[in-house]
Amino acid sequence: MRLDLVPRIRRSAVLDILAPALAFVAAVMVGGVAVAALGVSPGAAFVTYFVTPLSDVWSLQEIALKAAPLALIATGLAFCYRADLWNIGAEGQFVVGGLAGGWVGVATHGSGGSVWILPAMLAAGALAGAAYALIPAVLKVRLGVSEILTSLMLVYVAQLLLDYMVRGPLRDPAGYNFPQSVGFEAAARLPYLMEGETLHAGVLIALAAVGLGTFVLARTLFGFEVRLVGASPRAARFAGFSDARLTLAVFAISGGAAGLAGIVEVAGRIGQLQPEISPGYGFTAIIVAFLGRLSPPGILVAALVIALTTIGGEGAQIDLKLPLDLTRAFQGLLLGLVLGADVFARYHVRLVPGGPVSRTAP
Amino acid sequence: MRGRSMRLGGAVLGAMVAVGPVLTGQALAADKLKVGFVYVGPVADFGYSYQHDLSRKALAAAMPDAVETTFLENVPEADSERSIEKLARSGAGLIFTTSFGFMEPTLKVARKFPKVKFAHATGYKRSDNVATYSARFYEGRYVCGKIAGKLSKSGTVGYIASFPIPEVVSGINAFMLGAQAVNPNIKVKIVWVNTWFDPGKEAEAAKALLAQGADILTQHTDSAAPLQEAEKQGKLAFGQSSDQFRFAPKAQLTSITDDWDGYVIAQAKAVRDGTWKSSDTWGGIKDGMVVLAPFTNMPDDVKAMAEETTKAIVDGKVHPFDGPVTKQDGTVAVKQGETAPDPMILGMNWYVKGIDDKLTP
Amino acid sequence: MTLDIVQMVLVTVLAAATPLILAAIGELVAERAGVLNLGVEGMMIFGAAVSFAVAMQTGSTLLGALGGAGAGLGLAALFGLLTVGLAANQVASGLSLTILGLGLSGLVGANYVGIKRDPAPQLAIPGLTDLPGIGRLLFGQDAFVYAAVALVAAVSWFLWRTRAGLTLRAIGDDPIATHALGLKVRRVRFLSVLFGGACAGLGGAYLALAYTPFWSPGMTAGRGWIALALVVFATWRPLRVAAGALLFGGATVLQLHAQAAGLGLPGQLLSALPYLATVLALVLLSLGGRQGGSPAPAALGRVFTPSR
Repeated sequence: MRLDLVPRIRRSAVLDILAPALAFVAAVMVGGVAVAALGVSPGAAFVTYFVTPLSDVWSLQEIALKAAPLALIATGLAFCYRADLWNIGAEGQFVVGGLAGGWVGVATHGSGGSVWILPAMLAAGALAGAAYALIPAVLKVRLGVSEILTSLMLVYVAQLLLDYMVRGPLRDPAGYNFPQSVGFEAAARLPYLMEGETLHAGVLIALAAVGLGTFVLARTLFGFEVRLVGASPRAARFAGFSDARLTLAVFAISGGAAGLAGIVEVAGRIGQLQPEISPGYGFTAIIVAFLGRLSPPGILVAALVIALTTIGGEGAQIDLKLPLDLTRAFQGLLLGLVLGADVFARYHVRLVPGGPVSRTAP
Repeated sequence: MRGRSMRLGGAVLGAMVAVGPVLTGQALAADKLKVGFVYVGPVADFGYSYQHDLSRKALAAAMPDAVETTFLENVPEADSERSIEKLARSGAGLIFTTSFGFMEPTLKVARKFPKVKFAHATGYKRSDNVATYSARFYEGRYVCGKIAGKLSKSGTVGYIASFPIPEVVSGINAFMLGAQAVNPNIKVKIVWVNTWFDPGKEAEAAKALLAQGADILTQHTDSAAPLQEAEKQGKLAFGQSSDQFRFAPKAQLTSITDDWDGYVIAQAKAVRDGTWKSSDTWGGIKDGMVVLAPFTNMPDDVKAMAEETTKAIVDGKVHPFDGPVTKQDGTVAVKQGETAPDPMILGMNWYVKGIDDKLTP
Repeated sequence: MTLDIVQMVLVTVLAAATPLILAAIGELVAERAGVLNLGVEGMMIFGAAVSFAVAMQTGSTLLGALGGAGAGLGLAALFGLLTVGLAANQVASGLSLTILGLGLSGLVGANYVGIKRDPAPQLAIPGLTDLPGIGRLLFGQDAFVYAAVALVAAVSWFLWRTRAGLTLRAIGDDPIATHALGLKVRRVRFLSVLFGGACAGLGGAYLALAYTPFWSPGMTAGRGWIALALVVFATWRPLRVAAGALLFGGATVLQLHAQAAGLGLPGQLLSALPYLATVLALVLLSLGGRQGGSPAPAALGRVFTPSR
């Protein structure tokens, strides 16, 4: 007996939804056992994790805020991964974008608050992120250096660069030598969308990016090129598409999106530069991209789910005194199960005696 | 101090098991003061966050009928506003935000929740409902410096430093001034590891310093790895953050630890009594906020000197930054007969004379 | 005297390189079979936590090390089930595995915080270990270091000198063709992933049992990620993995020594050096030998699904 996977010719719409839903149920059941073992009622834990955060306006805003950078970065990454290129350095591009945009905010501090400051910051963030992502892209195109390694290595370099800048050149002179820049002026902050100073305009930027990403991937020649290169590189070359140009383009897009997310976070929630500006958004976004099956609408849903479990996990720490490590383990399990369950949506799964025909799928 | 830290495992389990009554007890707890803590690291770091969590447990034990405590651990500084607001929204009346990076988010949430009191560690901005507190770690470092100056045979001490912020720099200076007070020719070699916590890298730094002739180590990072390395090589070292004697019973001379119990309990009492006012607390050895672990692995005369120095600091007879203090470049920072004012110590970004390292950036 | 300092530096470098070698050599085998497992950090930290817990419970370093390897293997089995069995995406599954490993390590380790153990014993051969200049380096290490060296040699021999190794590499390059030849692609890939997990767990065990013998959350501090980078850096060759780990460990240790010696450079720049050096070395390597295309296993990261 052997497990056989036969690719479905058309993905089943029902299973597309049912598979992750079942994985979710399975993860919740395992989580429930773990929670019960720690002496907490699984029902109460479920409510704290998944219901309470959805039941008031403030935590809904927080979910949107947490999901925004993830969705923005993951949408950019979808272009890379669709084209079978491996930018895993979005975290570094996020940091560089936040640094460059934040630099504009620091440099214009006290200049009187022109309406152009914020657009300039956003542009600087996106451009810096794109430029930083082009380093591994150029190294790959010109020298054949693996982009997986260089993009990952450059994450650490970006973090140390930010660290150096906020401890040195960009440090707030009135800040007792603590490693932080001046607080940005109102003109350098993203405006709030609702009362209570929580939801800011960065959410709209992320939504716009998801919309734009959907359109470009599905409806433009460039989007077709990206999909074709990923699905069948030989056919793409035959069609006259240039590998090098596409590599540079998708890296610039993913880096630009990550850089934009970085400055959105800095000009939105944080409001100044500090040694750390990301709780790992760039890495989490990679998972989000795949959970969303590399399609921007799916990515949006995946980002919201991840945000929900993070915020629910905080509630569980406060209300139920469940350790953070349990939330992490649960998140890891949930992600794994959803990824695994996807097999049922993509393949007919059969248990049969063996035969030697085979194929690969990306 | 030492006995306390042994109970961590049990305490964590206890915290997990004690969850049962929370749901049913909510109405019952309505008149209790909810006190929330936000930690930057895991409570199991056996260092800074761990030490803070001990004060949470001390508070719960001191006022079991009057307070209910809760905490969020491993809160990234870049993403802390939500965590702090979450605690405020869940009914906390007093919230301790225990890392410098929580300063702006604390102030913002405090504006939104004027009735909730906040206490922010190591920051410098206050408001009507945000108090600040910190410990004069440098006092302990001065005592350590004197011990090292007496005990070092090679005349070289190794210093493992995290980040060049004023708290760390003033610690290095205080250590150096203490060491120079007993041995004017003492050398301090400094290695910046650029991390608060990476046992491997801290151990590597310790090895590098020992290989280059240091026979005593001190550290401003959180893990016990340097102490263990010193123990392994038969050298001496100072602990940090919590009493790490068990990690190096033959090497630890003393350890500079934070004890927030008194402050945390006093703040909670003040909130309950309605007498809480925003304040700036910077406590030292005298206030019990900085505690030196028992002096071990040293001859009696050195021990007596250390105890004497500690007492002199408590009595106000000695201040680590008593003038004259000369900067590395030869200019006088504190004149003879004067003492460095607090703002100078809080913003210290220069070395005292004799330190063989350049402060960058 | 100087000779002893040089030896001390080399001993430190070797010790710093050992966890990287252990984790990277395992990942190399998995990647040679075509499976990219980004969960090394998660397997490593879980291995560290479990190894310490087992060693404390049993009092045996050996059982602790086996426990650590077993923990890594267990997580790897989950990963293998997902990616080899169910054809899930390897990058995303690996990252999920990291999150899972971090969480599980915290849960397992919770009861062992702040407890110390004696480090794993080091070899001591009278006469040999005391040899000036080289004695400690060659004859004074703990078992993990020798195990790492032995693993590098064994993997190198296995991949290039045995039929099974050839099969493994062929599967990493072209699973379709090898499957058509009747080779058990998924079984080989699954076993390779297990081997990778066991090695990563052993690397974690080295940290918790020998290098800095205690458990602390997050004590791997990113070494799993560096191990991943090393595999690529080494162009998937075992000896180069060892060389790369020594280079990387050497850069880290030397910058600390440079500081102790009093060279005034920004700490951030010094800390960034190992990463910049890796990128630079990679560029130079590519410039040096551009013939023959990419050295990567051709099917690396690609899901394989036999059908009918």
